Amino acid sequence: MLKAEIHITLKKTVVDPQGLIIKHALESIGYKGLEEARIGKMITLTLNYRQKKRAEREIREMCKKLLANPIIEEYTFKLREEK
Amino acid sequence: MKFGVVIFPGSNCDQDCFYVIKEVLKQPVEYIWHQSTDLAGFDAVILPGGFSYGDYLRTGAVARFSPVMKAVNKFAAQGGLVIGICNGFQILLEAGLLPGAMLRNRNLHFICKYVLVKAENTETAFSNLCRPEQILKIPIAHNEGNYYIDDAGLQELKQNNQIVLRYYKFNPNGSQDNIAGIINREGNVLGMMPHPERSAEEALGSRDGLLIFKSMLEYLQNKR
Repeated sequence: MLKAEIHITLKKTVVDPQGLIIKHALESIGYKGLEEARIGKMITLTLNYRQKKRAEREIREMCKKLLANPIIEEYTFKLREEK
Repeated sequence: MKFGVVIFPGSNCDQDCFYVIKEVLKQPVEYIWHQSTDLAGFDAVILPGGFSYGDYLRTGAVARFSPVMKAVNKFAAQGGLVIGICNGFQILLEAGLLPGAMLRNRNLHFICKYVLVKAENTETAFSNLCRPEQILKIPIAHNEGNYYIDDAGLQELKQNNQIVLRYYKFNPNGSQDNIAGIINREGNVLGMMPHPERSAEEALGSRDGLLIFKSMLEYLQNKR
């Protein structure tokens, strides 16, 4: 089996209101060294096959079609084998 | 003129829309289940507000793959009138029937209140009964109404006069260029965050929303 971990974040050019609030909150409790905070989503998928090439292709498709909105978001993913 | 109101799992303004078309606009109206694939016989289709599929992943992201959306695509391509209100607008964006995307409101609050919007383009199928630059009092109720489009897209919207409604004096959600409602280039698909169905009778504090539905009727009757 393959495990995929997909990270989806707002593009750098898109303002992240949640990230801004988190940054302010962290600053208000004393952390002064923050340049920026941004929030995203993490999705894990367990695949019932082992072909990595196929997994990469399918995950890219899934991200384009449904999991991420290319207008405002970008994605990265990691694959690992699981016994 | 026959109107249809689509029901997705989690729609919650479907009955309000149905009521306004039937009892206030006095036109025939039917519900359309999200699994239906045929829109034959309808003149206009309403995608109502609500929380389709629990707003999971992104607002409208899952509803966009409902069977009915294939039919709505086809209906729109054939020139049928489609209006998406609030969550309906979000679905139209995810479906690519309108350009852009929605972000969380700038202040991260769910905002439910009357706002003022200006009719910027009154020559559309959805706004032809508004006076140019008329200020309409229509309520909003959303968490993701912060409309986003890149600069090139915004220029295109402006050049083609596709911005139909802008927030007036106060922008509640941080939307780009104060956008509250846009239309597609062909002029038959409108998305708007304010709820015209919640402001169609004086008892609710404003009848301005009725102008949107009346404009649709006017357009359809003239077309026939």
